[in-house]
Amino acid sequence: MAETAIELKGISKSFGAVHANRNIDLKIEAGTIHGIIGENGAGKSTLMSILYGFYQADRGRIDVAGKTVTIDTPSDAIALGIGMVHQHFMLVQNFTVLENVILGAEGEALLKTSIAKARSELERLERDYGLEVDPDAVIEDLPVGLQQRVEILKALYRGADILILDEPTGVLTPAEADHLFRILEQLKDEGKTIILITHKLREIMAITDNVSVMRQGAMVATRETAETSVEELAELMVGRRVLLQVEKGEATPGDVLLAVEGLTVKDSRGVTMVDNMSFEVRAGEIVGIAGVAGNGQSQLLDAITGVRKAVSGTVTLDGEPVDLTGAADPADLRERGMAHVPEDRHHVGLVLPFEENENAMLGYHRQAKYLNGPFLNIEAIRADAREKIEKYDIRPPDSRLRTANFSGGNQQKIVLAREMEQDPKVLIVGQPTRGVDVGAIEFIHKRLIDMRDQGKAVLLVSVELDEIRSLSDRILVMFAGRLVGERGPDASESELGLLMAGVEEKEAAE
Amino acid sequence: MSTPYAKLPAWADYGLIPLVNLAVAFLVAGLVVMLVGENPFRAAVILVDGALGRGQNIAYTLYYATSFIFTGLAVAVAFHCSLFNIGGEGQAYVGGLGVGLVCLAFDSILPWWLVFPLAIVGAALFGAAWAFIPAYFQAKRGSHIVITTIMFNFIAASLMVYLLVNVLKPAGAQAPQTRNFLEGGQLPKLNWVLEAMGFSIRSAPFNLSFLLALLAAFLVWVLIWRTRLGYEIRMRGFSPKAARYAGVSETKIIIVAMLVSGALAGMMALNPVMGDQNRLQIDFVTGAGFVGIAVALMGRSHPAGIVPAAILFGMLYQGGAELAFEMPNISRDMIVIIQGLVILFAGALEHMFRPSIQALFASLSPRSAGVEAQQGEGG
Repeated sequence: MAETAIELKGISKSFGAVHANRNIDLKIEAGTIHGIIGENGAGKSTLMSILYGFYQADRGRIDVAGKTVTIDTPSDAIALGIGMVHQHFMLVQNFTVLENVILGAEGEALLKTSIAKARSELERLERDYGLEVDPDAVIEDLPVGLQQRVEILKALYRGADILILDEPTGVLTPAEADHLFRILEQLKDEGKTIILITHKLREIMAITDNVSVMRQGAMVATRETAETSVEELAELMVGRRVLLQVEKGEATPGDVLLAVEGLTVKDSRGVTMVDNMSFEVRAGEIVGIAGVAGNGQSQLLDAITGVRKAVSGTVTLDGEPVDLTGAADPADLRERGMAHVPEDRHHVGLVLPFEENENAMLGYHRQAKYLNGPFLNIEAIRADAREKIEKYDIRPPDSRLRTANFSGGNQQKIVLAREMEQDPKVLIVGQPTRGVDVGAIEFIHKRLIDMRDQGKAVLLVSVELDEIRSLSDRILVMFAGRLVGERGPDASESELGLLMAGVEEKEAAE
Repeated sequence: MSTPYAKLPAWADYGLIPLVNLAVAFLVAGLVVMLVGENPFRAAVILVDGALGRGQNIAYTLYYATSFIFTGLAVAVAFHCSLFNIGGEGQAYVGGLGVGLVCLAFDSILPWWLVFPLAIVGAALFGAAWAFIPAYFQAKRGSHIVITTIMFNFIAASLMVYLLVNVLKPAGAQAPQTRNFLEGGQLPKLNWVLEAMGFSIRSAPFNLSFLLALLAAFLVWVLIWRTRLGYEIRMRGFSPKAARYAGVSETKIIIVAMLVSGALAGMMALNPVMGDQNRLQIDFVTGAGFVGIAVALMGRSHPAGIVPAAILFGMLYQGGAELAFEMPNISRDMIVIIQGLVILFAGALEHMFRPSIQALFASLSPRSAGVEAQQGEGG
């Protein structure tokens, strides 16, 4: 019935010996929303980069609207009506919306006329698609959801008929994501074609017409969304059956192991990011902190773990006070039984150029078992790393390999193995499954539940609401640096979503 | 796609690529030689012959190399902490003061083999002290180490001129230098080693500090890759955030790394002051501190690379002197140009040929090149 917007035939792309894409066929019908899912490293982004002209395929053919084309640069793609909304926005922070929209498409030497033209064009787009945003607002003042809207406007302004969105909901609240989906529906009704890259199965089910699954560089299946299920898609992605729901028993909370009282933290610019927060975590429970990224969770984690100095507040670790405003440092806290899986494993939790075994002791390298006096006990360090590799099924099982060469999921396992094997009393975990594939997520969630059942106090911070809901025994919601509510694990997503958006407690409860 | 290139075998990484870079540097240098109207091939022959042709020349080459090993190691240790210490020149100069004071105090009462260890300590202490001030400002105040260390080179030069002219110069002497050291302040020459290998040497300053330099190279390897301190230095060098997370004090690690770096730079002074001139004189460092930067770059901050790189620069120094003597059109500055080109291709443009060599390897043997790009997507 519908005509074909894009057809890819036999696309292959290698980087050195690695086949990022092999022999990919893909057909996308005009006027539909087509989802592409796959684990990290499955080749989704490479495929889209080929379509958008960042890379050239080694082999294969691209047809756009029935004609074979060559796309060597992004400008070729734009000329063919292909637009892309990147995962990390490509916006100039201190420019206005209007300036960002015309950037690279100014048209003439003097800005004045092109700005006037852009303004009327922008008004038309806003009217047609419900993409409201103040054209004179400066980007850095806009919330993330609106910044994304500007990205979409940029693509439409350049005449895009086919819109590629790369993991668009990663930074949005559930409400913002819903709004985005409504916009996408509207764009579809206007005849635009949308390609949605994501690893969230729920989004695929909610909004797409068709879905293609990639695994290890190959296209393994294309389905009509209405005729498939979350379970089938997950199995196709991973290549085996996966448990999507975490199995866990009742929590049996014990003594308070971590108590935070009136904690206030400022960031490097002096802005208060954590504002007078108090909560406690007991032995044998997982306390989840939900919130949209950027509401002070990072600063909270940094302060509790001694990475950043707090302005005020007291923390008690297993009954002993910790001076977070002064003397506390991460080494000292580790010694006292606090393990920390940081949010940013690439820059904080791991030293990527290090060999795996060097990272397997990072932060614990003062322990006698790794040392001979001032010297490193290389044998012991490597043996210890090999043990963890085996226990946590880290692949490839090579303790001498550069850490950067492990996949995201395996890198995260290196961090988890290091922190969990110390047998800590308190485990502080930030974004444990960010950029981690489905198979590894299952493993990581199980380990976290294990830690709880062993009587550890686990504090979990995540922007993935699903993760918070399925793992936590209690959920604290953080907004603008403050705790705005506490809920049980059975709280509904919409209720939590309202709290995360800063809607007052009373209204959210209604 | 962060690293779309396949990994190279170690011999290509550490052997082939530096050689290709070096070859290109000499090719361009050859063009410059042609430009001034000389025959580049004859120039190359004179250069190599001047550096290695006779025992005499080899001894001089190794004498220069000794200084460059010390300064190269100094730069490398700071590099591993991601600090760019370009103050090796000043630290070596002040290190010389440590050597000079020890020799002046003890050369009449102790034999050289007792003065030598004291002089090593003196050189290291004075060099480290000179590095401490910029290190402290970097660690506590965030003053950029590149700016402060280069300023401290000038301060060191002025300080040393003042001390030599006003304090250390014997009364009535004309030259700004100390008195000559007695036998206790003179290191034995190593020329006999070359003579034992069948070379003949008239006189050359090649001395015992060469062995100390080799020992220092080994100890630096141990420090960086086999001690907890080295582990923390590398951690901070690769990722300051990870170091903070691991509880490594940034202030402390910056200061310690710079103290080690300064001490190594200071020890360079042993070679000219105690090994050759046997007195403390003005400007004895003659740019070795800066050559150390090139040596560390070319040696990729690894002692096993720094020693050969230092010998290469020793050859350029010694061979260049001969070249300037043999070819009147080629001045001493020409040698600086050649050195500059080596630095340019081996250091700044290190990655120019890497992608094509990697592509070549990947196409020749897809098995051997591999894992690097496995993390696949994410562009």
